[in-house]
Amino acid sequence: MLEINDLHAGIGDREILRGITLRVNAGEVHAVMGPNGSGKSTLAQVLAGNPSYEVTKGTITYNGQNLLELDPEVRAQNGIFLAFQYPVEIPGVSNAYFLRSAYNEIRKANGMEEVDPLEFLDLVEEKLKLVDMDQAMLSRSVNQGFSGGEKKRNEIFQMAVLSPRLAILDETDSGLDIDALRIVAQGVNTLRSPENATIVVTHYQRLLNYIVPDFVHVISNGRIVKSGGKELALELEEKGYDWLQNVGADVGAVA
Amino acid sequence: MSDVATRKSSRDGAAAAIDGAGPVSTRASAPIEAYRADFKRQSAVPEWLQSLRAQGMARFESLGFPTTKNEDWHFTSVAPIAEQTFRAAMTSKAGVSSEGSTAGMVARADLRRFTFGQPAWHTLVFVNGEFSENLSSYAGLGEKVRVSSLAQAIRSGIERLERHLGKIAAFDKHAFTALNTAFIRDGAFIELQADAVVDEPIHLIFVSEGEGEAISHPRNLIVAAQNSRASIIESYICVRDSCYFTNAVTEISLGEGARIDHYKIQRESEKSFHVGTTQIRQARDSQLHSFSFAVGGLLARTNIYTSLEGDAATCTLNGLYLTDGVQHIDNQTSIEHFAPNCPSHEIYKGVLDGRSHGVFNGKVYVHPEAQKTDGKQSNNNLLLSPTARVDTKPQLEIFADDVKCTHGATVGRLDEMAMFYLNSRGIGREMARTLLTYAFAADVLETIKLEPMKKELEKMVLARFASTAAA
Repeated sequence: MLEINDLHAGIGDREILRGITLRVNAGEVHAVMGPNGSGKSTLAQVLAGNPSYEVTKGTITYNGQNLLELDPEVRAQNGIFLAFQYPVEIPGVSNAYFLRSAYNEIRKANGMEEVDPLEFLDLVEEKLKLVDMDQAMLSRSVNQGFSGGEKKRNEIFQMAVLSPRLAILDETDSGLDIDALRIVAQGVNTLRSPENATIVVTHYQRLLNYIVPDFVHVISNGRIVKSGGKELALELEEKGYDWLQNVGADVGAVA
Repeated sequence: MSDVATRKSSRDGAAAAIDGAGPVSTRASAPIEAYRADFKRQSAVPEWLQSLRAQGMARFESLGFPTTKNEDWHFTSVAPIAEQTFRAAMTSKAGVSSEGSTAGMVARADLRRFTFGQPAWHTLVFVNGEFSENLSSYAGLGEKVRVSSLAQAIRSGIERLERHLGKIAAFDKHAFTALNTAFIRDGAFIELQADAVVDEPIHLIFVSEGEGEAISHPRNLIVAAQNSRASIIESYICVRDSCYFTNAVTEISLGEGARIDHYKIQRESEKSFHVGTTQIRQARDSQLHSFSFAVGGLLARTNIYTSLEGDAATCTLNGLYLTDGVQHIDNQTSIEHFAPNCPSHEIYKGVLDGRSHGVFNGKVYVHPEAQKTDGKQSNNNLLLSPTARVDTKPQLEIFADDVKCTHGATVGRLDEMAMFYLNSRGIGREMARTLLTYAFAADVLETIKLEPMKKELEKMVLARFASTAAA
């Protein structure tokens, strides 16, 4: 599904990703872990097409397409979804209008008919339950006045409605209490299927108790320094990241 | 923004030529001569009005058209108006029944798209400044309410007219108001007696039919006695995209406890000129809720001036201006706090695209006796193109010591993070731009209490920026 090859990217003159190579197949859940500033969020942003980041080297292929040539909206229309670490507030646009526009734009791009507001309401009702949110949130402005937890649940709600093929969760667990964490994880797990893939970007192991990954990768200094199974996350929990940062350069060079 | 930049932007350097001359410059003398001739050609009116007109003309001649040296016109050069000779719409018709004439050239169907889908609203239509009986309908207002054309009221010799007309809109300092006063002939006269309540809005539609550079001077007088209540809309529209000049003045007197919701919808032709002044005096406990929507005109200026003269009088002045192409839309407001315990709240927002230029100048004066004033003023602008510009000047002058006043202004561009957020959900740049622009304007539109108007203006905002983005 997704093949990242020797990806270098940054902002302005600052290089943040220094040669990421990663392959994600349909049906898999990958956890990308690493200390602050290691580049894991940059990877998520680059995959979604944030124009603030510049890719200087390497390739990303998504279902056989050159992902880097696609505008962010086209990526979304092709099934990529990024759950933001810091969801953006948009005063004056209701969640319902925003999400229905998104849903219909994606449908249109895929040759499907748009749905009207009533059909849409039917469709989202069950998804709201999934993240334990009230219908009243639909008429509120996008993320405005939402608590940290509400914002993250809204991201998962959007994901549930848009049902992406590749979901990228950027530190969705940060700032969540254990109940909210469980709700978020439950949302993600419900969407798991043999056709879809998920990349979970996180600093802490705790989310991975609920969303069990098939693979765990550790990013340090813009490179993947270690990959393994779900037990790697536990090892990191125990030892921290320091022991890996020392070997980072060597492993990166080999990759 | 510096003075230098302002001068540079003024049209064709014409402003510079005017700047260099006195009030009655040689450049401007030809058109003023034309106004003088038109003034003399007006037909007879009662003596008190003749005298008022003469005062207006005299004042206009001594003031001349304002230049950008005038603080009130610093960001707006009216040279294109001052240098052009406009054709007086109908100088011979004053004081005579207006049936037939040019009103026949505008049909009811032409107005349909400007009535917010509300044919049941009381509607008075003026064509080129002249009342059209045929196009108007305003039955069932009740006996405490008197609505007529100003021309009709003048003919009827209504004594209140003389008492109020020209007493609220100050023409000693304002050249355009003086000019309007010199040509008082028609407009709307609305009188609400004590406790009168008008349920349906009264919609005044000023339509320019768009024939050959005409000028019109609509003059409206609204007198709301104590505890009366009404919503009044003034729409300025055209049926043909053309060059003409509307110079309107509305005077509103609010008695004790009276409440007027006033909407000014300026949708003139983008080739036209519009200067409109609404001036209000408020007695104690009265409420004025003003909304100004300005989207038309090549060069347009809207003035809303209110004086809070009685204890605990309230005003909200809200506005939205949308500019595009080479439009220049200027908004000036003034709130004078003369009495204690008065809240005044003001939000104006502007969305500017193309090479257009927007101006906001909001003055709030708190006089020494106006203790416990609660004043809030803000102006926010969204620039959609690198060549659009805005000058904003919120002014607050406080001479009382126990007041709570805030003001502020912002100028910004579309939020790139919000843009990316929308894009990342499958919404393309164009649609995202429309959505974010709409969102910017949403809260001020939300203050409109007439639901059909709110819906219509929301649609207009969406459509306007959707078409720009697609271009």
